[in-house]
Amino acid sequence: MTDSAAVEIERLSFGYDSGRPVLHDISLAMPRGKVIGIMGQSGCGKTTLLRIIGGARQPDSGTARVLGTLVNGLDGDALYALRRRMGMLFQFGALFTDMSVYDNVAFPLREHTDLPDELIRDLVLMKLEAVGLRGASRLTPAELSGGMARRVALARAIALDPQLILYDEPFTALDPISFAIIARLIRRLNDALGATSVIVSHDVKECLDIVDYMVFMTAGRIVAEGAPEAMRGSSEPFVSQFVHGQSDGPIPFHYPAPAYGDDLAVGAAHG
Amino acid sequence: MNRATIDVWVGVFVAAGFAGLLFLALKVGNLASFSTSQTYQVQAKFANIGGLKIRAPVKSAGVVVGRVSEVRFDNESYEAIVTFNLDTRFQFPRDTAAKILTSGLLGEQYVGLEAGGDGVMLKQGDRLRLTQSAVVLENLISQFLFSKAAEDKDAKDKK
Amino acid sequence: MAEGGRTGGVAPLLERLGGAVTARIWRLGFASRFFGYMLLHSGTALRRFQLTIREIYFAGVQSLIIILVSGLFVGMVLGLQGYDTLQRYGSSEALGILVALSLVRELGPVVAGLLFASRAGSAITAEIGLMKATEQIAAMEMMAVDPIARVVAPRFWAGVISMPLLAAMFSAMGIFGGYLVGVKLIGVDEGAFWSQMQASVDVREDILNGVIKSIVFGVAVTWIAVFEGYDAQPTAEGVSSATTRTVVTSSLAILALDFVLTALMFTGGNAR
Repeated sequence: MTDSAAVEIERLSFGYDSGRPVLHDISLAMPRGKVIGIMGQSGCGKTTLLRIIGGARQPDSGTARVLGTLVNGLDGDALYALRRRMGMLFQFGALFTDMSVYDNVAFPLREHTDLPDELIRDLVLMKLEAVGLRGASRLTPAELSGGMARRVALARAIALDPQLILYDEPFTALDPISFAIIARLIRRLNDALGATSVIVSHDVKECLDIVDYMVFMTAGRIVAEGAPEAMRGSSEPFVSQFVHGQSDGPIPFHYPAPAYGDDLAVGAAHG
Repeated sequence: MNRATIDVWVGVFVAAGFAGLLFLALKVGNLASFSTSQTYQVQAKFANIGGLKIRAPVKSAGVVVGRVSEVRFDNESYEAIVTFNLDTRFQFPRDTAAKILTSGLLGEQYVGLEAGGDGVMLKQGDRLRLTQSAVVLENLISQFLFSKAAEDKDAKDKK
Repeated sequence: MAEGGRTGGVAPLLERLGGAVTARIWRLGFASRFFGYMLLHSGTALRRFQLTIREIYFAGVQSLIIILVSGLFVGMVLGLQGYDTLQRYGSSEALGILVALSLVRELGPVVAGLLFASRAGSAITAEIGLMKATEQIAAMEMMAVDPIARVVAPRFWAGVISMPLLAAMFSAMGIFGGYLVGVKLIGVDEGAFWSQMQASVDVREDILNGVIKSIVFGVAVTWIAVFEGYDAQPTAEGVSSATTRTVVTSSLAILALDFVLTALMFTGGNAR
């Protein structure tokens, strides 16, 4: 069992409505204990893939197996049982605004365990210590900066020592220092917990530094995958455009439009 | 907002709410009189009960001694059978008369009991023999018009 | 647009109307399933009563001021208007009856319901809607906690518990207001005021029916409030339009239900 992948996706297709498929025939295996990055430009389907892994959406065809459990057709108690072994960090943290930092991190513990208050207190403070915010336990989310809120959300995501941690664009709108902190925490916590982490992001440089395996997606398909060094030096046009941040390439600069001359009024009068 | 403060305020809120309800029930409504005493049931037949309703008061000498609990129609005698619950504190003789009266001129109708002289008292399930039906306004008016017409006729005849 | 004529214009209009009606019926069905689900999963709200108590604080306790003050003013106005009309017929001593019955049967449940809908109902909708917009609901689901059981149900039960209490306090304050104006200010006889009132207000007929009304209104208003919040679009405009919808729909529901309940409860009747 220890060698099986944390997440196995086979020939998965999905669309929010039948006319617009978002994911086309994706196959992917994410090994346990590793940090995996999924990259691509906005709208390529990476967040949707994350949602399917989290069981929030059902695939239209194909299978997804998370921590050994088939996600297809999973709902109710079985889905909640699977989710208790996962943690998720949402884009802006999604902390509960009516509770303090302490209560936010204690939330999963209080909901899912019968541990006495003193034990919960110690666990919460340990998780906060791991993200460097033990002293902020009495603050409310409104009093936190973006980076701090993100870290508290991370502490909450790992409160139950999950085997799989999902990160939805964790670096969004962070200053360089918070950025570096989050990146470092993702790596360290993954190794400390022996968990598998899946990061969906478009911050290429930072991700390449911390991941063990990288997957590139565009328009709902995987175009390249492999170790970070291989990706950095890849000659695959899309990967190259993405990694080097070029404004034009396989992903065109111009949104599809009629010919420029025809579109302008002056051109049409003369055309 | 800590837990203790919230609990205190919610407690105050609920207590105030119940106080309001209690105030309404006792000072505003008529809960204080009546509902929990022991009662015994007695029946009476009326040719016409007029506007008598369930829970209308049964009074004797103007004091409420019971309530109307049920009104039924007897398909054999074509009369109304009214059942009342009388407070066990008050005993009435077997020959008590029941009349349907109106409070004020056009007010609500109630049952008035006039005690008779019999030595034996009413028991649970007894029926009152002497009854007087409600005064129906239309009958009264037509009686009046009829008697007025008769008077005029007599006066004309005499001329 | 001269061509196409009238038939061209009416058909799409009917289509849109039909579409709007079907959409509303579909939404009502969805709201009913939501209601059923919430009732089934109310175990948490009732077992961990602390959650519900917290919501009673935010919905009920924080509505107290507006309810008490409004009740007082409504009662005072009833006293003034009532006296003005009654004294023309020499029946000014019936003021107590007028004030009490108006409040206990109708104004208490209805006006308290309307105020509750606009104060607490809109707050509940906004809160749940914002939680949805900031992904707090999704986060809760990902942490394997049912948001309907944890967030929605406690607010629902808090509303159902608070409404009858608020309506009773509204009526009580109103009667006090009527007393202040009628007896203290205008000079109606105090004894007559209270004794006539007590003789005419029946605990079962009037007060109990008023309480039943306020419970029904509480269920309706809070159901609408939590549903609109839960179903709101996760954007600023979405939450704001959901809040408006809560107030409008709740108010209409209260008035419609009031009619139905009044017809059922207060139409005279001989034998039952």
